[in-house]
Amino acid sequence: MGTNPVTWLGSPVFPKAARAALADTQLRRNLRKATHTIRDKRSKAVAELPDWEELRQAGEAIKDDVLSNLDTYLERIEAAVTARGGVVHWARDAREANEIVLRLAREAGTDEVVKVKSMATAEIGLNEALEAGGIRAVETDLAELIVQLGHDRPSHILVPAIHRNRAEIREIFRREMAEKPASDEPRDLAEAARRHLRRKFLSARVAVSGANFGVADTGSIVVVESEGNGRMCLTLPEVLITVMGIEKLVPSWQDLEVFLQLLPRSSTAERMNPYTSVWTGVTPGDGPQQFHLVLLDNGRTDALADQVGRQALRCIRCSACLNVCPVYERTGGQAYGSVYPGPIGAILSPQLVNDMHDKQAASLPYASSLCGACYEVCPVRINIPEVLVHLRAEAVEAKGRTPESVGMAALSWIFADARRYENAQKVGSLARHLAPSGRISSLPWPGSKWTSARDVPAPPAESFRMWWRRNRG
Amino acid sequence: MADARSVVLGRIRAALADRPAAREIPRSYDTSRPLGDLVELAAERIADYRAEVHRAAVDDVPATISRLLAERGARRMVGPVDLPASWQVDGAEWLSDSPTLSIDQLDGADGVLTGCAVAIAETGTIVLDGGVAQGRRALTLVPDYHLCVVRSDQIVGIVPEALARLEPTRPLTFISGPSATSDIELDRVEGVHGPRTLHVIIAT
Repeated sequence: MGTNPVTWLGSPVFPKAARAALADTQLRRNLRKATHTIRDKRSKAVAELPDWEELRQAGEAIKDDVLSNLDTYLERIEAAVTARGGVVHWARDAREANEIVLRLAREAGTDEVVKVKSMATAEIGLNEALEAGGIRAVETDLAELIVQLGHDRPSHILVPAIHRNRAEIREIFRREMAEKPASDEPRDLAEAARRHLRRKFLSARVAVSGANFGVADTGSIVVVESEGNGRMCLTLPEVLITVMGIEKLVPSWQDLEVFLQLLPRSSTAERMNPYTSVWTGVTPGDGPQQFHLVLLDNGRTDALADQVGRQALRCIRCSACLNVCPVYERTGGQAYGSVYPGPIGAILSPQLVNDMHDKQAASLPYASSLCGACYEVCPVRINIPEVLVHLRAEAVEAKGRTPESVGMAALSWIFADARRYENAQKVGSLARHLAPSGRISSLPWPGSKWTSARDVPAPPAESFRMWWRRNRG
Repeated sequence: MADARSVVLGRIRAALADRPAAREIPRSYDTSRPLGDLVELAAERIADYRAEVHRAAVDDVPATISRLLAERGARRMVGPVDLPASWQVDGAEWLSDSPTLSIDQLDGADGVLTGCAVAIAETGTIVLDGGVAQGRRALTLVPDYHLCVVRSDQIVGIVPEALARLEPTRPLTFISGPSATSDIELDRVEGVHGPRTLHVIIAT
């Protein structure tokens, strides 16, 4: 099996990438402003609903039900879509999904497709695959357009260009657009994007989208968006190709009443996003008259096999966990080396790659301080810290016998016996002689692995146990 | 070589070898909520998204349409084939979608007038389902101005009540304000690709 494009080839391990990102003060300013704005808005939007916790509980349970019966629900949506005139395709991995989309686009006789923002197609590297096959993929979401025109990589699930401020965006548009934006006011930048894409929308023959939800019972597909670029792509072309991860299902139409409340308030912090489109197969006389649904595995079944890790598949890609994460706020998304950054990326990407010998992927579960803010905001209650710790254990195991695993084994031997523990503390307190100031900023190996990223407080002269015995014993 | 479909389904069955037990879905969230005067709330919430809201008695709807189109200077208006005749007021040329209007004709129009299927007061959302006085989806997408008439009996309180009224296999569009983006510094700006102006008449 080849490498999974969910992580970017040649990306450094997280600590190395993070160090580089931390040195970029512009990036940190942009991120701080954006994440703090959205954090406050989200709290307000969520506080408006008296039954928010009940909705989260329901969201969690519905998604767990989907995962527990995934085969049944997939067969059901396949039957429903087919019955309504759609064509369903199955893809084991990124390569297979890309081949299907490329073939369908060629059959439609086009050399250009318009795209609705979609994490699934970003994950499989669809644009690059189409390009290699001679078909241009035009991103139509404003943030995706900024990333595409800037020859850049995304850094956020919802707002892939969150690392760019208005002045930088104006520069990119000035360089790449025929009609330059009037100023760096967001209104003028949005206007420039409208003019740039209008003709393409009105003349496109093939569109490619992802899906926020697929309703197993009815075969209905749901796309949630803001700008109307989604509606353009989903309505005007003759052919619509939707790539959907196999976990994106909900069992019934009624279940959407939960997610259409959880998602907008968690992601853009709105009561409802401006536009939500729902379509089922083909509707004669309204919208694309050819509809293809590509069901994508690409590592999802590997994650499903992990009894602790599978909860990551509940994710509805709202990105609330990114916005509250102290690590993400400082490093930005690109340091994670994947289209899925932040806390959810740290547990999802390594599971989709499913190879803990891949050093970059194996470094992602460490991109967290385990503060738990991500778990608190997650609309489907994914216990991200639990999965992080679980994956760290797997990463350590995959490394075999290393200083870390030997150290962990030695520690458990020391902790198992009170006398051994006290003796170890006495030896440890000698280390205070390394640090007259009370902080140790560089330890000899293997301690240097710890102090390369942080200081260690110097240990006290005597342990609590010694002090207790001397004073109270 | 096995086909992708059976491979993926086989992987799923193998992955679920531990047979995780099905749980009862806890549905203790609200399926309705006392929200007071729904017309009042809908008007407030729709306006919150920078859509302009006008209230009119049912008999005054045509006059309100006339006034709004005149104020905007909208002369070429698109209407679905079954748009009520009384809404097709004088002073504007009405382009009916029969025979089917081309994309360029839609793009050349000054606006579109429709009814709706359902409106959700709490979220300020209007839902179109291609039913009476709504037409196909392109009609409310390409013109830059959308004028929508909502009857007070079409307004429900919260999202679950709206979904219960809708038929999922119809093409549905949920609209909350004019098109918008938060993609630049997470700052909301109205007006991107969809209609940049949304006016709503609530008929009471």
